[in-house]
Parts: sequence; structure tokens; C-alpha cells
Amino acid sequence: VTRHIAIVGASLAGLRAAEAARRLGFDGRLTLIGAEAHLPYTRPPLTKEFLTGGSVESLALTSSEQLHDLGVDLLPATSATGIDLGARTLELGTRRLRYDGLVIATGATPRRLSSTADPGLKGCHVVRTMDDALELRSEIRPGTRLVVIGAGFIGAETSSSARKLGAEVCVVEALSSPLSRALGELVGSVCGRLHHRNGVELRCGVAVEAVSGRGRVEKVRLSDGDELPADVVVVGAGVVPATRWLEGSGLTLRDGLVCDANLCAGPPGVYAAGDVVRWPHPQFGELRLESWTGAAEQAATAMRNLLDPANAVPHEGVPYFWSDQYGVRIQCLGVATGDVRVVAGSIEELRFIALHCQGDRLIGVSAIGCPHLIMKLRPLVRRGAGSSEAEALCRDWDPALAADAV
Amino acid sequence: VKICIDQTRCIGVGMCEAVAPEVFTVLPDGNLELLSDSPGDDQRAAVEEAISVCPTGAISIHDG
Repeated sequence: VTRHIAIVGASLAGLRAAEAARRLGFDGRLTLIGAEAHLPYTRPPLTKEFLTGGSVESLALTSSEQLHDLGVDLLPATSATGIDLGARTLELGTRRLRYDGLVIATGATPRRLSSTADPGLKGCHVVRTMDDALELRSEIRPGTRLVVIGAGFIGAETSSSARKLGAEVCVVEALSSPLSRALGELVGSVCGRLHHRNGVELRCGVAVEAVSGRGRVEKVRLSDGDELPADVVVVGAGVVPATRWLEGSGLTLRDGLVCDANLCAGPPGVYAAGDVVRWPHPQFGELRLESWTGAAEQAATAMRNLLDPANAVPHEGVPYFWSDQYGVRIQCLGVATGDVRVVAGSIEELRFIALHCQGDRLIGVSAIGCPHLIMKLRPLVRRGAGSSEAEALCRDWDPALAADAV
Repeated sequence: VKICIDQTRCIGVGMCEAVAPEVFTVLPDGNLELLSDSPGDDQRAAVEEAISVCPTGAISIHDG
């Protein structure tokens, strides 16, 4: 009998797992263990509205009262340091905590500069937590010279927000176009155009050799020999799944915690949700997502399967993420690989729908400035519809936009 | 059930439309339109899911 469910990770996935447990009628003990001192909060605004001055309250996902009403014991500022799967016991520093059911939702941690900078150098930032964002925003003022390392979502959104605050921004990207890993070259090139249009210098295909200064960052040296003066540096070089505490536990780790299709991590009663999960998606193959909606959806599946393993269901949510850069909404549904073709709008106008297909089968949609069309295409991505059906749908919903795409 | 949208919180990312397309639709300007503000009981589970996957907590329901 499951009497006590422990959830490790008190961000979105952890909180949503706890809420799902109650919604599904679980009336036992629920413990939510969070490494940060804060109540669960939402991260997408950290590089957007929050960086430009949004309030701490606006990030709240819940309150102490709501957690109390849900019957959730939150252990803040508490990190899981190990686990004994046989004894069903978590190690929390010097404490031990027994569980009957477990959801692992420890997320991911950002890569930092290792070989390229002195770890004590002031003015070097990552943006993952509320505290990271508070520190960064206290250092950005009109005229601040900001160098952003990495033109992914974190780098691009941070640049966009820093421009709003009046900073001079240069983005350095090792690949040939920004966001090409997540969105493909075509859509990535549009993101590059957005940087240029908004007065941000973008240096692609160049690596960072050193970040240096006396006590505080002063310059960034590039592999082509250039040196960029810098008052502040933000590293947006991706994240690493937070699985270090699971090493040696017997769970399978491979760029994430490897789960089965039902999000079970192996032993009965042990499930996972959020950025930490690598699982075989029935439609798209093995995935590890770094997305808000993916975490929320996985939390619900994981808890449902934990509570009713005899009727466990595979997790098959359609991957989805969005980004806001320089006032433009970028959205991606499914996977952005395969052949890509613009079927509505145009790249020149920075407003379009692009289909990603494998053969004739639709596997993904990228949208810029088309918030009304993306979700209408979701059922088609879900069942791998033909591309002509997707084109027809765009034509039906927005004939003028579809006519632009030639 | 009666649905309320807090338009000051809504950012139009469309997760509600993804899980409850008969109730919510995103407009070309990114604003959200309710196709029905008091949908039938058959939509209740979908609307509850929409609430839990809304990234800004913009959706609420009121009984009665």
C-alpha cells in the first residue's frame, strides 16, 4: 500500500505531481523536497518579464496556504543526496526519509564556464533560478556591455530583455546559426535576423576561448582572436540533467534518468517527470524535453501510473515549447527535424508556419508570429497526418496568410 | 461550470486550446477567445486539465 509519496524536486513537475496525487484521490502523506529556499515558482518569465523588472509574486505557482490545503509537506532548501532503492529510503544530507512511492523531478542545472574562466570571477551569470535572475538584473543598466555565450533560448531571451533595459549586447554562438539544434537552420536563421533587427551583434561559428578580468569580468576572448569588452557575461550553454545524486543507485542514467514508456524509472513505485526524464515516446522515439508544458504533462502521467500501475499508460504528450524574443512569439510543436517547408506567411515578414515532415508525414510545426494556428495543427502532428492536410488547415483558418507562402 | 479567463495573465501560448479545443481558441493577435463560457459537464475534465497546464494560471472555474 502506498502511504507516503516523496517527490524530489519542488519546481513545476514536482508541484504538479503533488496536485495530481490529490486530484486522483490519494489521501496518504505527500512530501515535496526542494533544493531552493523558495516556494514552487515558474521559470519561463525569468529571462523575459522578470528580468525586466517583474515581481517575485508574479512567479508564484502556489502559496503556503494552498500547499497546506493540499496536505503537502514542503521541505525547502533541502537537496536529495542519495537513495537506497532496496530500503526505499532517500538520503537528504544527514537525514533519511522512507517512502512507498517516489517521483524524481530534480530538473537540470545550467552548464557554467569551466576551463574558460576563474570560477570566482564576478559578473558571470547563468539564468536558471529566481536568485540567478535577481542577481543578473541588478547588474544590467542602460549602457551595460553584455556578452551572451550561446544563442539558444536562454541566450536569446536574455538578450532581448537586456536590450529592453538599454544594454549593449553581443551574442556568441559556436554553431553556424542560432537555435539550429532546437529549431533547425531555417527557423534558426530567422532568430538570427531578430537579433540583428534589434541592434544585437551576433557572432556565429566562433568559440569562446577565455573570459577574464581582475576580480570582475572585463573581456571575452574568441577563437578568431577578437576580444569583446564585457561588464557582464551570461552563459546560456545548455543544461545538464540533475542526476548526480542518483549515481551508483542502480537507476539507469544516460543524459537524464532513463525511464520506460510509462515514465517508470525501473523499480516499482519509482517514477520521474520533467527535464530529468529520458523516455521512449511512442511516436517520436527517445526524447528528453526541456519544456514547461512537457514537465506539467509528465507529472500528471507519472503520478497516475504510480497510483495505478496495473493500468499504467505510456506518456505521449506532443512536445511543445514557446519563446518570446524582441516581441515576437516563436512556437514549436512536435520535433523540428526532417524536411522543412514554409506553408503560410513568409520568412521576410517574420510571420510564418513551417511544417517539418518525414517523407509526407507531419512530425512537427514551427511558427513565428502565428499563435492562432499552432494548436489547431496539434491533432495533425499527433497522428502524423500528411502535409497536404496541414496546408489545407492553414488555408482554411487564415487564407490570406496561406496565400503569402510562395 | 463557468470559466473565467484573466486576460492580464493570459499570454496566448495555447495549452488550453491543445487540451480543450472545443472550449478555447487563440486568435491571430494572440488573445484567447472562449468558444463557450459555460460548457457542459462532458468538457469538465478537459477544462480542469487546461487549468493545470496553463503556464500563467490564467484560467479558473466557478460552479453554479
